[in-house]
Amino acid sequence: MTHPSSGEALAKPAPSGLGRLLDHRVLLSIAVLAILPWLLPSKALAVNVLIYGVVVMGYNLLFGYTGLLSFGQAAFFGAGAYFTGIAIGRYGVPWFAAVALAVGLSTCLAALIGIVSTRTRGIYFSMVTLALAQLVYYVALQASSFTGGENGLRGFTVDRISLFGLQVNFLDPINKYYVLMAFAALAMWFQSRILNSPFGAVIEAIRENEQRARACGYDVERSKLVVFMLSGAISSLGGCMLALHLSIVPLDILHYQTSGMIVMMVLLGGARSFFGPFVGAASFLILEDVISLWTPHWQIFVGAIFVLFVLFLPKGIWGTLLDALRIGKARR
Amino acid sequence: MDLSLIIMQLLSGIALGAVLVITALGLTIVFGMLGVVNFAHGALFMIGAYAGLYLASLTGSFWWGLLLAPILIGAFGMLIEFVLIRRLYGRSIDDPLLLTFGLSYVLVEGVRIVFGSDGIPFPTPPQLIGVLDLGIGFFPRYRLFVIALVAVVLLALWLALEKTRVGLIVRAGARDPTIMQVLGVDIGRVWLAIFGLGVGLAALGGVLAGPMRSVNPEMGSLVLAEAFVVTVIGGLGSIVGAVVAGLMVGISISLVALFAPEMATIVMFALMAVVLLIRPQGLFGVRGRTA
Repeated sequence: MTHPSSGEALAKPAPSGLGRLLDHRVLLSIAVLAILPWLLPSKALAVNVLIYGVVVMGYNLLFGYTGLLSFGQAAFFGAGAYFTGIAIGRYGVPWFAAVALAVGLSTCLAALIGIVSTRTRGIYFSMVTLALAQLVYYVALQASSFTGGENGLRGFTVDRISLFGLQVNFLDPINKYYVLMAFAALAMWFQSRILNSPFGAVIEAIRENEQRARACGYDVERSKLVVFMLSGAISSLGGCMLALHLSIVPLDILHYQTSGMIVMMVLLGGARSFFGPFVGAASFLILEDVISLWTPHWQIFVGAIFVLFVLFLPKGIWGTLLDALRIGKARR
Repeated sequence: MDLSLIIMQLLSGIALGAVLVITALGLTIVFGMLGVVNFAHGALFMIGAYAGLYLASLTGSFWWGLLLAPILIGAFGMLIEFVLIRRLYGRSIDDPLLLTFGLSYVLVEGVRIVFGSDGIPFPTPPQLIGVLDLGIGFFPRYRLFVIALVAVVLLALWLALEKTRVGLIVRAGARDPTIMQVLGVDIGRVWLAIFGLGVGLAALGGVLAGPMRSVNPEMGSLVLAEAFVVTVIGGLGSIVGAVVAGLMVGISISLVALFAPEMATIVMFALMAVVLLIRPQGLFGVRGRTA
């Protein structure tokens, strides 16, 4: 394994050059995100990369680092968005409290789904998470008095944000980008802390060999449930960001196609790498943008490119790049 | 509530369950033998429905569509196994799942390009239009036909697997492919045929469902979730499990629809959650199979 992880940091006592630089993965990632609006053709695209990057990062904790291929991450992305919108629009909760509330409730939802799905293993887990996430979709569809059903959730808009007595116009794209980037930075710091903790080592041990991890005395089932909840919490924060950004929550966000898109993004960018999810989100969204300019059938190309990645580039763009850099270093 | 009404609804549930059984069977056989979860199964179900519709209008007869679509789409499935999935044997168990997921995007969008995004009505064959008097009520002829046909297919499949030499090789190959190879069986060819069979069953399910549901490019995504629920309840890889769970899900959807229509789509997921809490490996699943 060649990704920057706590387990390797312990195994390699003196990282130098690139290795040492990657120790500051959170600061490096924040630096890249800070200049992202100027690297991409539009500010709207940059905001989307930010949002989906956070969602996919949360998912990567589950898939990349713990090896659990869930097909239901849309449930938490959607829950974060819906809870935020309902709290603000229906109950008049201030936006920051709504975000905290939404993440908390989504984590509870993740606990419920996790209790059922982490009892299963391997491919079963993928199928069960997909089915339970579809259940959430149908519940949202039926509870239309709360969620707006098929039309999506409307009627909440955050246009002004007061930060430490400072009034920020949230409708200005650049202001919006940097407010949302603060959330992304918080999520990255949190994820990095998890990965650097002993718990981070346990989940990677579960990925590498579940039986051995159990034999070592770790409570595998409980660790899986906890990582499922943490992953749901981070992805739901992405949902909160989407709700604040769009001022509507489309029902599609809960559909399993969204879960599939999250899986595609993590694989395109590179599972098991810290910054891979952002690279994956960016490449997927850019691909969608570029291809849909000349054909409405962009999904056929995205699907085919994804198939090629599974066949020939399973480590994704960022993962393969990191590998290549390391191999070059070893030869020297 | 009237007892005869409940019996009719029960029969409706069996017809709905029969389509679920056929579709989930394809999924579970392919998993049982190849260890591959085919995420494109729903998309292939949808393509089966379109192929049946197209062939029926081309030949002027529903029966040609019913016969040819599963064979044609089954052959297409063999092509998929040969070109794409074959390369992934021996790699992580997640890889075929991811690959078939990507493939489903290509298939769904391909159908959109050829047939458009709007739903197309699938006419019921003239011989099966109308209802039959069962003494206690009237029941659509077409649904009775679906139940009968699925019963015949199940019987044929059971005989083929239990009573023939090919079935013996298939069952042995599922248990220990290496030994079969040592004994001189070309296991690659067996896998090719099994994948074709699984996809053919998906297509058959699609053609049968055609006159009962509207035919559109998205129809596969709901079916995929349903087929997953059925295989998870029954136990992944278990043929008996797929039959029992398929009927169970079909009947519970129908009966719940009678009392609380808005809960109908939700009940099967609840059923799955309950089964998993009691038996994580499913009703007929073998523990450790899914590791």
